[in-house]
Order: sequence, then C-alpha cells, then structure tokens
Amino acid sequence: MIVAEKKPIEEIIEEIKDYKKILIAGCNECVTVCEAGGKKEVGVLASALRMYFINNGKKMEIDEVTLERQCDHEYLEEIRNQIGQYDAVVSLACGVGVQFMAEKYRRIPIYPGVNTSFMGVTEERGVWTERCQGCGQCILARTASICPISRCAKRLLNGPCGGSTNGKCEISKDLDCAWQLIIDRLKELNRLDDYEKLLPIKDWSTERAGGPRKVVREDVRL
Amino acid sequence: MSDLRSGSNLEKVLKAGHFAFTGECGPPKGANLEHLKEKFMPLKDIVDAVNITDNQTAVVRMSSWAASTILIQNGLEPNFQMVCRDRNRLAIQSDILGVYAMGVRNMLCLSGDHQSFGNHPQAKNVYDIDSMQLIALVKKMRDEGKFMNDEEIDGPPRLFIGAASNPFADPFEFRVYRLAMKIAAGADFIQTQCIYNMKKFREFMKMAVDMGLHEKCHILAGVTPMKSVGMAQYMAKSVPGMDVPEALIQRLRDAGKGKVAEEGIKFAIEQIEEFKEMEGVAGVHLMAIEWEHRVPEIAERAGMLPRPKI
Repeated sequence: MIVAEKKPIEEIIEEIKDYKKILIAGCNECVTVCEAGGKKEVGVLASALRMYFINNGKKMEIDEVTLERQCDHEYLEEIRNQIGQYDAVVSLACGVGVQFMAEKYRRIPIYPGVNTSFMGVTEERGVWTERCQGCGQCILARTASICPISRCAKRLLNGPCGGSTNGKCEISKDLDCAWQLIIDRLKELNRLDDYEKLLPIKDWSTERAGGPRKVVREDVRL
Repeated sequence: MSDLRSGSNLEKVLKAGHFAFTGECGPPKGANLEHLKEKFMPLKDIVDAVNITDNQTAVVRMSSWAASTILIQNGLEPNFQMVCRDRNRLAIQSDILGVYAMGVRNMLCLSGDHQSFGNHPQAKNVYDIDSMQLIALVKKMRDEGKFMNDEEIDGPPRLFIGAASNPFADPFEFRVYRLAMKIAAGADFIQTQCIYNMKKFREFMKMAVDMGLHEKCHILAGVTPMKSVGMAQYMAKSVPGMDVPEALIQRLRDAGKGKVAEEGIKFAIEQIEEFKEMEGVAGVHLMAIEWEHRVPEIAERAGMLPRPKI
C-alpha cells in the first residue's frame, strides 16, 4: 500500500484559514489502512478544525466525505454535484489522489492533508515500513525477495557495505541491514552461491530518474 | 575596481563598460590533452572568457573543472559550467571550493540536459538542487562565506556568477520573469540560448529592459554560426527550446553549394553588429560548436578585436 502520515493541523489551518466553506475528503484505500486519511481520520480532523475556528471566533463550515478511491475517475465523479459549493477541498488521499482530484475539478483549490511517504507494509499495528520504490525493473528474484533498492540506505546492489554491524544499518541501530537480511534468507533457502553473482549496473531509466512514467496496456484499453 | 566580486577578467571587462565577448569549448571524450588544447588555443586573446561545458547534452567528457584548470595553465580564463544533473549538494559545494582554489573565477550555473538525451540514458540523475538554487548557493558561499547549512567556509570562493536564459522556450511571456528570478537569486551575468529568431529576441530584450533587468545584470546574447543547412534543420526540429525561422534556413539554402558556411558566418556577424547597438545587451557569447578555429576570423570580421586588457 501507499503509506502516508497526517500533516500537522497547523499546516492545514494555514492553508485554509481564509476560506469559509471547505470539504475534507478521505480515501477508503491505502490511507485508510495506514490510518492517515480514511473516514475515521476525516472525522477527527474535521472536529479539530471546527473546534479551532470556533475558539478563534471564525465562521467556517466544514463538511466530510470519504470516497472509495481518489485515483479513479468513477469515484471522484461522485462529488461532482456538490464540490462547487466549497471554497476548497482538503484531500486526505495520497499525493496521487490530491492531483487527480485537482485535474478533474480545475477551479477549486485542493490541499493535501497528508504527507505521502512510501510503498510499504503494516509491520505491526501502528508501524509501517518501506518495501518498494517502484524502480520499474524488479530484481527481487536475484536478492532472495528482499529489495536492496528500498531497504538499503545506499541502494547498494552488491552489499553489505562496511557499515553493517550486528545485522543493523550504519545510519540507525533500529534499521535492519538489507544485505544481512538477504544473506540470511539466501542461507535459509540454501542458495548462498547466488550471493557471489555480481549484480550489474542498473538501468535507472525506468525509475523516477527517467522522467514521469506511464504504463499503456493495449489489450485492456477500451 | 574595489567593488569587484570575483576579479575575473570577464567581470572587469563588463564593469568597465566594454562589450564583452565570450567563447565556448567542449572538452573531448577522453583524456586527450592535445585535442583539448586544439579546441581552446584558437580562443586565446580572442575572447574574454571561455565557457567549459559540463558533460554537455549528457555525454560523458573530460570533467569541466579539470579542463577549466588546464585553460588557466595555458593563460586563458575559463567560465566553469556546472550542471545539477550529476552532483548532489555535497559534490556541488566541494567542486566549487576546488575550482576556486585552482584559480577559476567565473561559474555558469545550469540544470543540465536530461540524461535521456545523452550516451548514458540508463543513468540516475541527481537534481538535488536546481539551477536557481545553485545560483543562490554560490552567492551565499561568496557573499556570506557560508555553506548551504550555514557553517562557515574557511576561505570563501569569490566567483562571478553566471546563469543561462532561453528566451525561446515556452511559455514565452514567462521567460523574462524566470530571468528576473535568476538575477534576484544572484546571477551577475546571463548567457542566452543561441539566438536565430531576432524578432522574438528584440521583444524579449525590450521586456527585460522595461523591467530594468539589464541594469542589475550583464546580459550576453548567444550566437552559434550555422555550418550547414542540415545543422539548421536539425536545430529547428530536434533541439528542444530552439527557434530557427524558416527564412534563415532558406537563406542558407539559397547561398548555394560550398557557400552555406560563409552565409552562416555572415548572419552571425550581422547578429553581433545588431547586438552591439541593442539596448540591454552587454556582450556576445559565441558558441562555435566544433568550429573553435573559426572564432578568430569571426571575431575579427565582427569588429570584436582587440579585446580590452584591464
């Protein structure tokens, strides 16, 4: 899933304070799972904002909605008839949702309510960690299904570096060394010979560096 | 002259009110020192400073800082180009200190062509900071004597800060505002993209002059002589942000076999003559791509010689 974190409420207040009527729009997908922008968080943020503006003697009308997804036309269309009545929208979807809503509703300012962080997993309740950076050419087959691009701080393709200590990364004792994990797993899979195969210099043109990416599937287009 | 920011020859020429003349040299695809010298020696005493390109069009070449120091050893003044594509903020700052220590006094701050244009399209680009931020960073290092993180620099680099401007990229109306932003960020001089559409450039300069930008910064007009009809057509079609009017291509075509290069040079000289008179233009930046040996002749015929000695 895409993992996000709630923005500090002060930052959101600063963006919307001059408006009179706003809509807070949650998303029922990833940001619900990572508890940053689902229906529950929309309610909590709306209540906190109402309280703030009442305490500061400012009239601010705040409505709430949570869409099934904000990265699909059909769900964004559900608010077409009501969105015109708002001065602005605070979207609690990831950056993808914020932008897609803005592309659809061009005359209404859409503000982000979360900081989109990474693609990751729920390691345990309240703890999310990164697993993928969308490099566009998956090498997990070569690295015992553990990704050094997203999990090694230096993105080393042939690690570990000299900073690996007791299974931890040199930048933090709380961070596993990805290459220690890879070696451990290769051992478990009885595939340690694979460790000695050099991973070649990577073609980064399919990651962020190559420019904005696009996937076109002729077989599923309408 | 106590108000000099860098003390570079280019700065002195511009501040004394002379019409500046800069050239350009792309380092070779190798460590071939003789080849490098062949390219820059024709420019000696012909131009006020020589731009040394930094892996231009994202093709790997001898590093711009190393080539810049070789120019200094040979008695030429380099204008060290740096792109943001290949370095993060650590490398940027350390290279700035390094080139200054080696005697470089002019630096042109650029974003750099995307690596997909070059010969290593699989590369990961950096773009840790952009060209606008790079200008402000060099200014901070020079004027405040501090690194990006506010730590003190032991011996701040005193560089004459250059930036590029493309009057022909879209949206046209906003280009002059972007130029103004670069000047506000700290650019001491500007070198423009090669100009072929003189009408559009006159409009651009009028806007710049109306905004008073020419009083805050020295603007050098970019000139690249056309060597062939093919080159003109290639630039018109395939170089992003380049504006080559059809009339110019036709003029080159009409020159006839064996005379196109001379017609290209004639047009460049006409341009230079007009720039000398154009309000707000402080000089010419001549980018004679792989034609460095023709620069002395062009300079002579355009009345740019001798160069002022200050």
